[in-house]
Amino acid sequence: MTAGGHERRWAIVILAALALLALLPLTAPRDDVLNFVFLILLAITLAESWNIVAGYAGQVNLGHAAFFGLGALVTRMLWTEGAPVLLAMAAGAGTATLFALVIGVAAFRLRGAYFAIGTLALGEILRTTVGNVLPEISTLPAATIASYRLTQRFYLALGLAAVSVLAVAALATSRLGLGMRAIREDEEAAESSGVGALSLKLTALALSTALAGLAGGLFAYYHISYYPSHPFGPHWTFDALLMTFIGGVGTLQGPVLGAILYIVLKEYLALRWVDIHLLIFGALFVGIVLLLPGGLVQAAERARGVLGGARRAA
Amino acid sequence: MSVLAQQLLLGLLIGGLYGLAAAGLSLVFGVMRVLNVAHGELIMLGGYGAFWLAALFGVDPFASLVLVIPGSLLLGALLYWGLFGFVVRAHEETRIKNSLLIGFGLALALHALAVRLWTADERSIPTSYGGAVLSVGELSIPLVRLATLTLALVLIGALQLLLSRWRWGKAIRATAEDWQAALLTGIDIRRAYLLAFALGTALAGAAGTLVTVAYSVSPSIGLEWTLKALIVVVLAGLGSMLGTFVGGLVLGLAEAASAATFGGPYREIVGLVIFVVVLAVRPRGLFGR
Repeated sequence: MTAGGHERRWAIVILAALALLALLPLTAPRDDVLNFVFLILLAITLAESWNIVAGYAGQVNLGHAAFFGLGALVTRMLWTEGAPVLLAMAAGAGTATLFALVIGVAAFRLRGAYFAIGTLALGEILRTTVGNVLPEISTLPAATIASYRLTQRFYLALGLAAVSVLAVAALATSRLGLGMRAIREDEEAAESSGVGALSLKLTALALSTALAGLAGGLFAYYHISYYPSHPFGPHWTFDALLMTFIGGVGTLQGPVLGAILYIVLKEYLALRWVDIHLLIFGALFVGIVLLLPGGLVQAAERARGVLGGARRAA
Repeated sequence: MSVLAQQLLLGLLIGGLYGLAAAGLSLVFGVMRVLNVAHGELIMLGGYGAFWLAALFGVDPFASLVLVIPGSLLLGALLYWGLFGFVVRAHEETRIKNSLLIGFGLALALHALAVRLWTADERSIPTSYGGAVLSVGELSIPLVRLATLTLALVLIGALQLLLSRWRWGKAIRATAEDWQAALLTGIDIRRAYLLAFALGTALAGAAGTLVTVAYSVSPSIGLEWTLKALIVVVLAGLGSMLGTFVGGLVLGLAEAASAATFGGPYREIVGLVIFVVVLAVRPRGLFGR
């Protein structure tokens, strides 16, 4: 694997870009600009967190929304009860990880589709149940709304996106990440050369769902009012999956590129045609899985290869 | 007591449809090792087929099965040629993973398309016999739901017969058992895959019709039905269609019992418990024989 240096370079580029973004609130931008960048930062966190399990450990999580939703649910409950928001978010992430490990231990002992089925079931069942048990919209108390500061949310989102990029970069260049990729490529071969597949898969899952839980906590901290079942909605899983695959699953920069492209196009398309972006992205996604499994990153590499070949030939 | 019995009865009646929904998924998964998570969206399309046949041409919803089933067979063949036929070229693990991803993309696109074409409204088919109830002691049995349970059982029986008697049915079972051996004995396994996928889609279409008659259809029912079908498949294992049907009944009953014990809002939780418990108790999983 020569990917290490490559990924380190990308990590520096992305983190530098995020550091530049930290100056954005100082230019006193309009609120909608700040909100738009916030959405991109949240999307980057969500996509990178999904990428850890799918891209490195090779497991398809079809219920990522469950972990995002659990993070949101617990954070919102504790924070509105008066706990400091960071503590509430940590508790949310912990709850998400705990649920993930219960499903993971049951499903990962077996190969194949069990993990996908289990996570899908967890997501949908929690969404329905939370919708049934907490049907009322959750709105912040008036005092909290009065002291609401968008800039705080923005910096928290920026920090979280940086943490998720750092986590994936560290994973990609470590022995841990190497072991995960070995499982992804060939689990039996990895096991026979001494890689403990189960514990590595659980590690990847714990890291991924902790980040998803934190992202959910950020959602709960950001929104003034929403239905408690909303963050459990399957579209959070769709979003993570589409962004990661469009950009390039199993790479550091892919999900970041995918998240930017996805949010920009989604917001642009939504202005004209509500929900049509789902039809377009659904079809695009199927095409990518069948024809270009490495996403945009692979497309760029191919294009560079063709150009380089042409230059050498000339 | 009679309230509980009534709830369990209704659970049993919807359980038949869970079984039918799962049968198609189980057939495709068992034969092709392809997990089509857009199965619920195929059910949704079948439901809209029945709805529009009734709304536009006044076709009786039960009679519309005669048109919805062949239509779904054709749709299944098209989806196989266009999408899932490419997936089966990969080896088993990649195949399952790619089919999950493609099914997810397909589900997303079909859902968005259905909202676009038919709006997000919930639709049902009003019939003259819709309100008829059969009273047995203190229980009242809605006749339409009883009819859907019966038809589901008939369809499962027909499928079982097809798989055990028909030449290609045997080929499908042989491919499910061991595709390499099937290939060696001269079975065209690609055609067996195509037939299995088309039959699975036809079962989804039939299930969708019955769901729409007895309950209702909207673009967003897909994921819910995919999930029910998946849980039944995990519960019942692969290989026996009748077993899958019984698994559906068990899930229906378990949900009703869960709702009666913990309250209506918690009826869905039981599915998750079934998933975790089955994997803990039967650690060899679906493919263990």
